[in-house]
Amino acid sequence: MRNNLIVSGSPHIHKQESIPRIMWTVVISLIPAGVAGVIIFGLDALWVTLVALVAAVLTEIIFEVLTKKKITVMDGSAVITGILLAYNLPSGVPLWLPIVGAVFSIAIGKQVFGGLGQNIFNPALIGRVFLMASWPKYMTTFVKPLSYDTIASATPLAALKEGKILEHISYLDLFLGKRGGCIGEVCILALLIGAAILLYKGYISWHIPATYIFTTAVFTYIFGAKQLFHGDWLFHILSGGLILGAFFMATDYVATPLTAKGQLIFGVGCGLLTAIIRIWGGYPEGVSYAILMMNAATPFIDRYTKNRIYGTS
Amino acid sequence: MVKLTENKHYSENKAIEKFPVPSKVYLPLIQHLGKICNPEVKVGDTVKLGQRIASMQANVYAPIHASISGVVSAIRDWPHPVLGRAKAIVLENNGELDEAVFGLRSRQEINKLTPADIRKIVLDAGIVGMGGASFPTHIKLNPPKQLNTLIINGAECEPYLTADSRLMVEKTAEIVEGVRLIAACLGIKEVYIGIEDNKPEAIKAFSGFAGIEVKVLKSDYPQGGEKQLIQNILGKQIPRGKLPFDLGVLVQNVATVYAVYEAVFKGKPLIERLVTVTGSCLENPKNLLVRLGTPIKNLIDFCGPLKEEPAKIIIGGPMMGIAQYTDEVPIIKSSGGLLLMNAKEAKPLEEGPCIRCAACVRGCPVGLMPCQINLASERSLWSLTKEYGAGDCIECGICNYVCPAHRMLLQTIKRAKLEGLR
Repeated sequence: MRNNLIVSGSPHIHKQESIPRIMWTVVISLIPAGVAGVIIFGLDALWVTLVALVAAVLTEIIFEVLTKKKITVMDGSAVITGILLAYNLPSGVPLWLPIVGAVFSIAIGKQVFGGLGQNIFNPALIGRVFLMASWPKYMTTFVKPLSYDTIASATPLAALKEGKILEHISYLDLFLGKRGGCIGEVCILALLIGAAILLYKGYISWHIPATYIFTTAVFTYIFGAKQLFHGDWLFHILSGGLILGAFFMATDYVATPLTAKGQLIFGVGCGLLTAIIRIWGGYPEGVSYAILMMNAATPFIDRYTKNRIYGTS
Repeated sequence: MVKLTENKHYSENKAIEKFPVPSKVYLPLIQHLGKICNPEVKVGDTVKLGQRIASMQANVYAPIHASISGVVSAIRDWPHPVLGRAKAIVLENNGELDEAVFGLRSRQEINKLTPADIRKIVLDAGIVGMGGASFPTHIKLNPPKQLNTLIINGAECEPYLTADSRLMVEKTAEIVEGVRLIAACLGIKEVYIGIEDNKPEAIKAFSGFAGIEVKVLKSDYPQGGEKQLIQNILGKQIPRGKLPFDLGVLVQNVATVYAVYEAVFKGKPLIERLVTVTGSCLENPKNLLVRLGTPIKNLIDFCGPLKEEPAKIIIGGPMMGIAQYTDEVPIIKSSGGLLLMNAKEAKPLEEGPCIRCAACVRGCPVGLMPCQINLASERSLWSLTKEYGAGDCIECGICNYVCPAHRMLLQTIKRAKLEGLR
């Protein structure tokens, strides 16, 4: 007679899937954009990214040691936060800035809520807006692309905001990332390669990115110029942080709605807010604030977008 | 609905084999949904194969029959595959010839049977739903209103299991007779048999019978669930809180239909059933025709030798089956599969935090949000679990299966269901 059998509730099989597997795949999908950033802005971009990554991981370890919790850095989520924070910074910032941002992201943006799965806002964006509010000068001094020195350059969106005539930048330049901006946001091609990996693996769905980008495009087309229906919607898609935000930050599981219906509303909301901030707001770019505001609305959206249960109307 | 790794290759091409008559059987007094039966024999009595040995005066029950000829050696508590432990009648084979011939019925006799006669035969034969729910079949044959559709469930969507599939291929004519009998008994004209597209042989076997339409279904889990089957064949959903009866629909599993055929045509009570004995630990997985009450260790020995010692033994399929604590437990009317898992396959997974990835939300075949019910259930917020529809859960296990954090979603939802009934 066998009496050392494992007894547990059904089901007894499990999909080959785990949180670390998802998170590390996201890390991999972020690599092309980082490589592009280093090519465009030089090695400074690499140092900023690595410093932010290490600071995020160490902050998580220290916080979990101090609060006597299980060390969870191997799940990869702190690495993602560090990378995403760095991707939202200009490459020329002093290296203490990504450290402060990463500590804030992990400690205040994530761990005080209870760690992975509990945070209300995207931690990387919390870190970014904290830095933006505290050291706006560093956060808005951008390096000229492919120059590898610290010649300051305005982002295309900032130039647009200030009513300056844009230096001649083609859509192709924008697509490839030949422009001033944050490390990880400039090369649309690299971002799309990463997004394709996540879509193929099924780790993100089209609902949020598609509605987000589409809404921004429509809104900026209608209201983006002095005359209605004359806005340069393609310019708005390709410049700024929209693609990075739409595929990698607005799709953060924890702080976004659960159902497809909810995700569509979330995407449209992000798109509207981004366009409104860009066109009429005080900042040239609105992706971070748009996503954070919709993060705050997520519990509310979830409540009103439940799926229809079988057999009910 | 999700696509699962089927693992049916272990046994899908193994023809049905008769398991030798065991020397001892343990027949639990409850093998059905409903009231527990009372023994009608006492220790020391000699019983014949097919003799009724336990019954009950109630509406929802099914009598129990001797699955071997022999002597009642004990009536005692014994491991039960569903309930943990239950009272069982123990029969010991006395070596008497076991080739009982039941009362065969001729075609003329069968044509003269009234619906009431058929129901009586089915009740007396102790037939229950053999897809796993084990609801007494005679009750389903006595609907409160006229039905118009009969759906035969040949989906067998659980991974590993192939018993129904083999039955459909090897006993096609018998099942067709059974289907026509049930349809005639209830005056039903519209008859479908739903078969998944991973069983081409069975689909072919059932094609071309007048009055029975084969519906080829996608091999997705839980295609064989009653609610999913009705939706995917008829395009209708059973309204919440209602039964298939309310739509004028009756669903019967192929194994149940075969049991009805045997009872009516051959006068044979439910004394044996088809069991898929399978898993990577076994050298010879098989589809066995097993006498009820046979301890599973006999089946394991028969399908051996073992490649490795099983770490987990499951009666049923891997998605909804029940893990057993002992190999002394017998096969009962609802046991369609016996699955052995090695230590690697059975390794318990560590639970992590919910990251709201919504894989469970997308996977749930009845449209629930399992992660939300789980969180509410863990905090004993029973009004919230009710609001989220915990009571509608069909316990298919997809939420647990897909969860990357390996959370015990189904267990906590089951708990919430129970609390919701209070």
